[in-house]
Amino acid sequence: MATPTTRSASGLPAELAEATRDDTALRRFLHGLPGVDQVGVEQRAAGLATRSIKKASKLWAIDTAIGMVDLTTLEGADTEGRVRSLCAKARRPDPDRPETPPAAAVCVYPDLAECAVKALDGTGIGVASVATVFPSGRSSRAVKLADTELAVRAGASEVDMVIDRGAFLSGRYMQIFEEIQSIKEAAGSAHLKVILETGELATYDNVRRASWLALLAGGDFIKTSTGKVSPAATLPVTHVMLQAVHDWYVATGELRGVKPAGGIRTTKDAIRYLVAVREVAGPEWLSSRLFRFGASSLLGDLVLQRRTQLDGHYSAPDYVAVD
Amino acid sequence: MEPVWEYAPAPESRDIAGAKPSYRMFVDGQFVEGAGEPLKSINPATEEVLTEVSTASPSDVDNAVKAARRAYDKTWRKMPGNERAKYIFRIARMIAERARELAVLESLDNGKPIKESRDADIPTASAHFFYHAGWADKLEYAGLGADPKPIGVAGQIIPWNFPLLMAAWKIAPALACGNTVVLKPAETTPLTALVLAEICQQAELPPGVVNILPGAGDVGAELVNHEQVDKIAFTGSTEVGKLIQRSLAGKGKKLTLELGGKAANVVFDDAPLDQAVEGIVNGIFFNQGHVCCAGSRLLVQESVAEELLDKLRKRISTLRLGDPLDKNTDIGAINSAEQLAKIRELTAAGEAEGASRWTSPCPVPERGFFFAPTIFADVQQSMRIAREEIFGPVLSVLTFRTPDEAVSKANNTPYGLSAGVWTEKGSRILWLAGKMRAGVVWANTFNRFDPTAPFGGYQESGFGREGGRTGLEAYLDE
Repeated sequence: MATPTTRSASGLPAELAEATRDDTALRRFLHGLPGVDQVGVEQRAAGLATRSIKKASKLWAIDTAIGMVDLTTLEGADTEGRVRSLCAKARRPDPDRPETPPAAAVCVYPDLAECAVKALDGTGIGVASVATVFPSGRSSRAVKLADTELAVRAGASEVDMVIDRGAFLSGRYMQIFEEIQSIKEAAGSAHLKVILETGELATYDNVRRASWLALLAGGDFIKTSTGKVSPAATLPVTHVMLQAVHDWYVATGELRGVKPAGGIRTTKDAIRYLVAVREVAGPEWLSSRLFRFGASSLLGDLVLQRRTQLDGHYSAPDYVAVD
Repeated sequence: MEPVWEYAPAPESRDIAGAKPSYRMFVDGQFVEGAGEPLKSINPATEEVLTEVSTASPSDVDNAVKAARRAYDKTWRKMPGNERAKYIFRIARMIAERARELAVLESLDNGKPIKESRDADIPTASAHFFYHAGWADKLEYAGLGADPKPIGVAGQIIPWNFPLLMAAWKIAPALACGNTVVLKPAETTPLTALVLAEICQQAELPPGVVNILPGAGDVGAELVNHEQVDKIAFTGSTEVGKLIQRSLAGKGKKLTLELGGKAANVVFDDAPLDQAVEGIVNGIFFNQGHVCCAGSRLLVQESVAEELLDKLRKRISTLRLGDPLDKNTDIGAINSAEQLAKIRELTAAGEAEGASRWTSPCPVPERGFFFAPTIFADVQQSMRIAREEIFGPVLSVLTFRTPDEAVSKANNTPYGLSAGVWTEKGSRILWLAGKMRAGVVWANTFNRFDPTAPFGGYQESGFGREGGRTGLEAYLDE
């Protein structure tokens, strides 16, 4: 995509503003994006996963990954006690080593956002609330907006919305575009992460189209999954999304973020994702402003591996607080 | 704050290679001192002498060929196929077991990055022995006659770009079909072939079935012209291939040649562009571009040329050049000073003829033979860099407007080894593959090798096929 010369009133280059003019234009734009070759993207992801990260670069990666974790609890059984315990862990992932960086945010259901906001007051750690009838997204626009308002009123600094995958798969792109726009407006100053639920979109071509759709509609982040559908985040899917935010940057000059979520449990996995961030999107994305991990058990392993790097030997898992 | 994340060095230990101070040639089941002038094998990444290797004299060649002849007459040709298979399987397994040692040794001797020797060269070499072991007792079902017979003694000469893999490509089918072998590895990269000799010895392969004679072109010439050699298989430059064909004319020896190439990688405007970029990078920068089937000419449709080149330059800037033993190195060392000089000569010609040069800003080590990845845009068919094989990390970019123009430009070369096509349109892939004068056409991928797939060329890229059922034909008398 060439560097833009003319910009529309919305601030987008003319070509992109034109793409969202109506349903037909949007469909034409999304279907005109270059295809993604499945074999090729999976080969590239597997190839990059063989990078060997050692010593100082490994410690840097671990600390950076800790600072990118959206520590998540999204269960029917969640309680205020559970959320407070998670917040404490986000503040001090390793109590024995206070210099360990805090997590980026805590991610909860909207009714528990208020509790998390209180527990994290003054820490600088964000509170992300899922919204729009997470995880299915199956309800009316009014209900989704009310859900978002609940989160924002409670003080959530980040909103993780889901797109209507049914609408996407039946080709009603404009409906999703407008929905993201209205949620963005309802979210106000809160950062909007748009969950594509790539496991339900099935093809990489769809992942690329959904990524562009979310970016066009104003999503600050594109996020792979709810964690409730298998497969959740995978490396190749994240490659496609990292490529999309990079291409978006080239086209508009704006930096947007990516959040893989679900299934990332080990330090080794996290480092593979960071390598992809560095080499596919670019080093400027190596920041919690532009890259997050949606995870729960990952933080524990990162803390254990951090200790291993500093102590020169492994620690038992009991040295890390359970959630 | 601009975040920075440099990867710490992650070198594989060179001790794993178990490189010895000196190596000897392998004749009639024994390692023996050759009477030729010993050669010094250099680590191209440091220019240090790795080890000394004895080379063959004319009488050594004669002894090796006679040993191969004896082994052929007395044991190997008479041995039932299922018994031959046991030896070949054993060699395959032993290569896999010693994979790490072989990978490190290969990277030291050749300069290729450890990730390639570890993930491509050595596993594929082992796979070739496995695959051909399976054929040894099934040759009558290969479609090459009811009772196909071996040819006899095969003289095999291989290049320095994939030292162990090329040895496997040559030796495995020859043995499976019941032939015995005298193989000459390239003078700059003889070490892994000599470890393979050790493996043959440990596998208790009957003496004389495989003989390995290090040396330069004179040893090759001696082998080619030896009257008791029944078949010559050569992989290397077109120039030497022509010399061999000339000297064998009228002598009744069988010959297969796998020579140079100047492959076109054709990218249409509907291609999956990001993966095309990966394929182009893999096509020309894999193994520092020391690949006869390298996609050294990029033919891109004009309507996407600018976008593709932007993406390509960005991607190439992320390639890591340096110590071949570092696990994160993407581009290692050029194999020899001589090859480096050739690459420099041709790139200088490209600049002089008016093509626009872009070279990756990656840091280049001061010692060793290195050449940073380079792209030439605005290349015309008439320029040397569009016609001659550079055999280095240098890509020439040409554009086309229509599919017919793409085909005529792609075929406008005396070579014809491989080609690539990138499009989401299946019908166009089939149409183009039918029009390309190339032995291999890759669709939406590049440089994929498998023992089951035949490989070989058209025109000045040679004749005969290696791999697959078709590859057996080169080692059987119908």
